[in-house]
Amino acid sequence: MSSPTLAAAPHPPRDNDGVDGARPLLELTGATVRFGADAALDDVSFRMFPGEVHSLMGENGAGKSTLIKAITGALPLDAGTLVLEGRPVRFATPYDAQRAGVSTVYQEIDLLPNLSVAENVLLGREPRAFGLVDHRLMRRRAAAVLADLGLDVDPASTLGTHPVAVQQLVAIARAIATDVKVLVLDEPTSSLDLDEVAELFDVVRRLTARGVAVLFVSHFLDQVYELCDRVTVLRDGRFVGEYLTRELLRIDLVAKMLGREVSELAERQRGAVAEPEAVPLLSARGVTTARGVQGVDVDVAEGEVVGVAGLLGSGRTALARAVTGVARLEAGSVRVDGAGARLDSPRRAIGLGLVYSSENRRTEGIVAELSVLDNITLALQAQRGALRPIPLARRRELAQSWVDALGIRPPDLDRPAGTLSGGNQQKVLLARLLALAPRVLVLDEPTRGIDVGAKVEIQNLVGELADNGLSVVFISAELEEVLRVSDRVVVLRDGRVVGTVESDDVTTGSLLALVARPDEDGG
Amino acid sequence: MSTTTTPEVRTRRSAPSYQGFIARHAATTPTYAAVLILLVLLAGAETFLPGNFLSPGNLSALLLDNAYLLVLAVGMTFVILTAGIDLSVGSVMAFTGVLGAQLLAQGTPAVVAVPAMLLAGGAIGLLIGVLVQYFHVQPFIASLGGLFLARGLAFVVSLQSIKVEEPTVLWLQQTRIRLDGWYITPTGIIALLAVAFAALVLHLTRFGRTVYAIGGNEGSARLMGLAVARTKVTAYVISGLCGGLAGLLLTAYSGAGYPRNGIGTELDAIAAVVIGGTLLTGGRGYVLGSLVGVLVFGTIKTIISFMGAEQSWMQIIIGGLLLLFIVVQRAIVARSERQR
Repeated sequence: MSSPTLAAAPHPPRDNDGVDGARPLLELTGATVRFGADAALDDVSFRMFPGEVHSLMGENGAGKSTLIKAITGALPLDAGTLVLEGRPVRFATPYDAQRAGVSTVYQEIDLLPNLSVAENVLLGREPRAFGLVDHRLMRRRAAAVLADLGLDVDPASTLGTHPVAVQQLVAIARAIATDVKVLVLDEPTSSLDLDEVAELFDVVRRLTARGVAVLFVSHFLDQVYELCDRVTVLRDGRFVGEYLTRELLRIDLVAKMLGREVSELAERQRGAVAEPEAVPLLSARGVTTARGVQGVDVDVAEGEVVGVAGLLGSGRTALARAVTGVARLEAGSVRVDGAGARLDSPRRAIGLGLVYSSENRRTEGIVAELSVLDNITLALQAQRGALRPIPLARRRELAQSWVDALGIRPPDLDRPAGTLSGGNQQKVLLARLLALAPRVLVLDEPTRGIDVGAKVEIQNLVGELADNGLSVVFISAELEEVLRVSDRVVVLRDGRVVGTVESDDVTTGSLLALVARPDEDGG
Repeated sequence: MSTTTTPEVRTRRSAPSYQGFIARHAATTPTYAAVLILLVLLAGAETFLPGNFLSPGNLSALLLDNAYLLVLAVGMTFVILTAGIDLSVGSVMAFTGVLGAQLLAQGTPAVVAVPAMLLAGGAIGLLIGVLVQYFHVQPFIASLGGLFLARGLAFVVSLQSIKVEEPTVLWLQQTRIRLDGWYITPTGIIALLAVAFAALVLHLTRFGRTVYAIGGNEGSARLMGLAVARTKVTAYVISGLCGGLAGLLLTAYSGAGYPRNGIGTELDAIAAVVIGGTLLTGGRGYVLGSLVGVLVFGTIKTIISFMGAEQSWMQIIIGGLLLLFIVVQRAIVARSERQR
């Protein structure tokens, strides 16, 4: 929105104006980034002060990564200004941003695993004598930078031989060596253990003591509260507010992240209520994955919809992938109707009647170039094997029946699936899974990124399927939706079950409290 | 969490010494393996073959018979380190060789003909490099185009072998500098100088380090502000120049330029580089390893002819060895990745 009446636009609240009245080191105003018709960032303001740790919070699609890309030169702004140290700047590339003092350390380390630690810290400004690289001096300088951060890493060792945690710290050392002013840490702790996190925090504190502003993006609330001075919340690409962490209760933060919307649909009408004492059809015990969930138990009865609620990173997707053979099960067992199998591939899970629909519709779902017909019959044909092709007439008949049953629009079997709307793509995916005649359907964010009408249709569809005896595990970031669709809700936090509630017994508010954790430590 | 300051430098990362050793030498291990293979081959040949395999004369010939291949392998190492490939070098060698022979036969002085050979090779390398870098053509395809182009040009120059009688060029091969039983010719010296110069460039210049950086992660290299585009193109130019230089060495060695020379030699060069411990995925390897790889290659060839066996065995053994090495390298890389 590049309206000239920007000043008149009311801005959401901002607690406290700067640390001791200091000027912001970095200030982004009215930032808008569009992808086609959608605005990934819509008139967002964001600022950072020297020496602070700032957190950026929001659920999937809130615009966090777009904002990061906008301030680090990875994406151009469609509107808005970026000011660094009082001067307007425009970064064409991440390298430009880095030279100006804005560096990013990504979760996927952006370094050179094949070269030495010293080279990774200093390459590009390595010491040279007569045009030749002085490796010895380079190692000594790198060692000095590393020691400055309290790190004991052999500068001559190859970077790739170190664990991710160390590589991340080396990336920070590189930022230091290039005179960083604003350091962006994007999900830095998601693959670190507790000691490593403590070490990282130690390094971050050393940085802020020198006046570096650190943007810490993480979905771990505990870590945000431990480390950050200030938090900016985004939702649906919009600025929600900027707060001092110590003055913001955890539950308020989570509420702001999720946003509350008036439910546009009455409670789902159930045909029959599943008996609570029934023998579960799906029984997962002690499900544990390398990163994600630990010892999670889930039971789903025949015809029951069990919702899984939790924040991003709580393990909701990890759980879904582990019980459907997509991710490796470190420990635990999964049984369908008493029958178990070593779930080492989705194929095995499908054999048990367990099917999974990924949250990433575009990369792990729809084959955009293939027709609706092919997309629907893909999994069924794969299950039968290449030697037993389904005759085309039979495939058309089959696909047509699903298109009719699920109301896929337009009802054209030969259209490339990629040209359908998001909601209809999701229905095509559902049709593909249902064609396998599954017993348990695991749906990960089936309504993400689709319009409200289609959302309601999918939700109703899940209800109908359950009424017909299918068991469903329903995962969604939207609590209202989880409550509306499910009979029971399993709440995850930090990879563990923190509660199971009957949908009828809880309100969104009390579920929210469970998701966020009660604020016994005051936040 | 007790995150009170711990100013002491942590000691928990001081791994056992052997792990530290691996951390330092992970990249060199495949090359050491190649050295080991070479020693085993040489020792085996000495023990089991009749006659005196490890004679100074034999070992000298090992280098000199493969001088052209060594030069090609040097250029190939640059390209493979950037995670590219150059299939054109065998044809470039034939083209520049026959071009040089033709020029010399027409009475062009060597001081003009030799630079012309190098330039022709460099130009084809430049073409491939530009296609790869600026037109985003797969290196395999771009250099395959270079292969056909150079081979065609070779036949345009001449359909027959052209004898070289120019004394300077013949001097390169016929002069033998002797020391006891050992000897070396200027062609051998040129090849060794190429290795030494390449090693220096790769390890001690920013250009060289950028070659490694590109192979490690091109995006990261760009983010570090390294001159990725220029470096990548230059790597192909170097490979082309080496093709031209190999053309000169082969012409001197065989005393003629022949347009059918070097068919499939690019694959020999790639094999030597890989056996020498350079990863086809780029970023890891050494030009000295490529020297070892060429010597392994040459030794096997010599052993086969010593035994009087079919030359086809040569290809079978090289093929087997290549597969073995790639598996070993995969294992090493997988191990160092698993450590993370």
